[in-house]
Amino acid sequence: MNDQVDHSRRRLLTAATVGTGVIGVAFAAWPFLASWMPSARAKALGAPVSVDASKLEVGQSLKVAWRGQPVYVVRRSKAAIEQLGNHDGLLADPNSRDSQQPPYIEHKGAARALNPEYWVGLAVCTHLGCSPLGAFEPSNATQLAGTDLGQGWPGGFYCPCHGSKFDISGRVFKGMPAPKNLTVPSYTFSGDALITIGVDAASKPA
Amino acid sequence: MAAVPDSGDLSMSSRLLGWIDARFPLSKLWREQVAEYYAPKNFNFWYYFGVLATVILVMQLVSGIFLAMNYKPSSAEAFSSVEYIMRDVDWGWLIRYMHSTGASAFFIVIYLHMFRALLYGSHRNPRELLWIFGCVIYVLLMAEAFMGYVLPWGNMSFWGAQVITSLFGSLPVIGAALVEWVRGDYVIADPTLNRFFALHVAALPLALVFLVIAHLMALHEVGSNNPDGIEIKKLKDSNGHPLDGIPFHPYYSVKDTMGIAAFLVVFSAVIFFAPTFFGLFLESANFEPANPLQTPPHIAPVWYFTPFYAMLRAVPSFAGTQVWGVLVMGSAIVVLFFLPWLDRSPVKSIRYRGPIYKVALAIFSVSFIILGVCGMKPPAGIYPLLAKICTTLYFAFFLLMPWYTRIDSVKPVPQRVTGHA
Repeated sequence: MNDQVDHSRRRLLTAATVGTGVIGVAFAAWPFLASWMPSARAKALGAPVSVDASKLEVGQSLKVAWRGQPVYVVRRSKAAIEQLGNHDGLLADPNSRDSQQPPYIEHKGAARALNPEYWVGLAVCTHLGCSPLGAFEPSNATQLAGTDLGQGWPGGFYCPCHGSKFDISGRVFKGMPAPKNLTVPSYTFSGDALITIGVDAASKPA
Repeated sequence: MAAVPDSGDLSMSSRLLGWIDARFPLSKLWREQVAEYYAPKNFNFWYYFGVLATVILVMQLVSGIFLAMNYKPSSAEAFSSVEYIMRDVDWGWLIRYMHSTGASAFFIVIYLHMFRALLYGSHRNPRELLWIFGCVIYVLLMAEAFMGYVLPWGNMSFWGAQVITSLFGSLPVIGAALVEWVRGDYVIADPTLNRFFALHVAALPLALVFLVIAHLMALHEVGSNNPDGIEIKKLKDSNGHPLDGIPFHPYYSVKDTMGIAAFLVVFSAVIFFAPTFFGLFLESANFEPANPLQTPPHIAPVWYFTPFYAMLRAVPSFAGTQVWGVLVMGSAIVVLFFLPWLDRSPVKSIRYRGPIYKVALAIFSVSFIILGVCGMKPPAGIYPLLAKICTTLYFAFFLLMPWYTRIDSVKPVPQRVTGHA
């Protein structure tokens, strides 16, 4: 038997033991950390929502809840759609470069919609998360929540909390408290007017 | 007190103590930590806040345990269970107001306790680690307070949680996933409330208690600082006790008891006569239930967070992200940890420092208070500009400290502590 301690061997064994232990701790920690992710139930509640928008009249809208957030589906009139290109100079982010929208919306221009007739977007103000109201028809004398929306209102959304105004594609006007356009969620059409929110549209060339 | 187990003439209580001491260092702990812990004899008013913080910690633990007996941590029941505590549980209102007022009192006392360190250099060598433990306690206390604020599930709870968890979202790359992980859902929801409850009642209090013990162990290892910033251990009498030290018990235990009594008078007055403290301790927007579809018209955190909230808002977003404000706010806390090494003055106490430090500390204190006011007000009018100026002054106090403390004049430090003791 050798009385000499083999230090390098001891260091190697210590390092190997510590290393194994650390890996073990990491594996043991994983279930606890992962338990903080949205649960199966939360995911189910966050599942895609289908909306039949065919019953909407022109100028009407409906709100559905998706992932606990209200989502607007607005059926826009031809006049409202045609107005969209006219006020880019008044908008903070006309091309939605800083705003959230799926990539397949990007080349849709001012309409910000797969089908220009139906606009789909979160009814959550990008300022502090209030829910904007809709005044969709272009008008010169629209009153909403006690506020005069001003001459030449092109149709759009108005947030009653802090007064942010958005056009009917959810694009925010300059000088508003809201920094970004309303978010467009992922969605797809399964029929002429059957919209599924929470599922990406197949990216087709424009 | 040597244990002499064989003596038959010892009283029953001495024999019991001897029996315990042979198995657990009870008398030793009492002697070393209390009866023969020598503290400087020149403690003044500023030295009450440590013991007051301990008293409040105990009150929060006790009142919190009893609140948890009636509170229901679910988004469906939380708000009504708090109303139930307030209206139907015998003395429930008192226990809840003790807890809510205790939270604000905790921060008042902690801020004064930290200010004391800035006055007398209590963070300086050899007390750096003591200071760092204290900073960790402060950070945990903020997390504890924030999560506790979410629990009543009022509308301000909900939107406060929304704003604070959104801060993580501004971090690049991992932000969005991190927010989802913290919330446990795509929005602030039942899982968020439930996990905040678990952290608030179990994990964080446990960590806080351990850290307070570590804080006290570090204090008793190096010994207390004092208003003169002199190490009393340098000069000892023939028994090896510091010449300028007196035993904690009975001298300071009696002094502290008196301070605790005075504190409890004020504390009770707030609980009984102004429990919401004019909307500062409990915000009126929180008296309506959480409503994910409606934001309160003005979101402001509770007063003890407002200086940091003002810093967050003072920094404009640029390069397409608002992460800068979050980084500034985080740095405002992180910089505290480095304080012992930023201060290069040859003296510790403000009594022997020159005019530069006195002016700097005054500007810093005023800036911090102004930031607190700015954080409560809507970001309009004069407040955004004030917040920007005071954020700059806050950081200037710390980041320029290595220079201005070195060039500052100093007065000669005496050998012995001064005062009327």
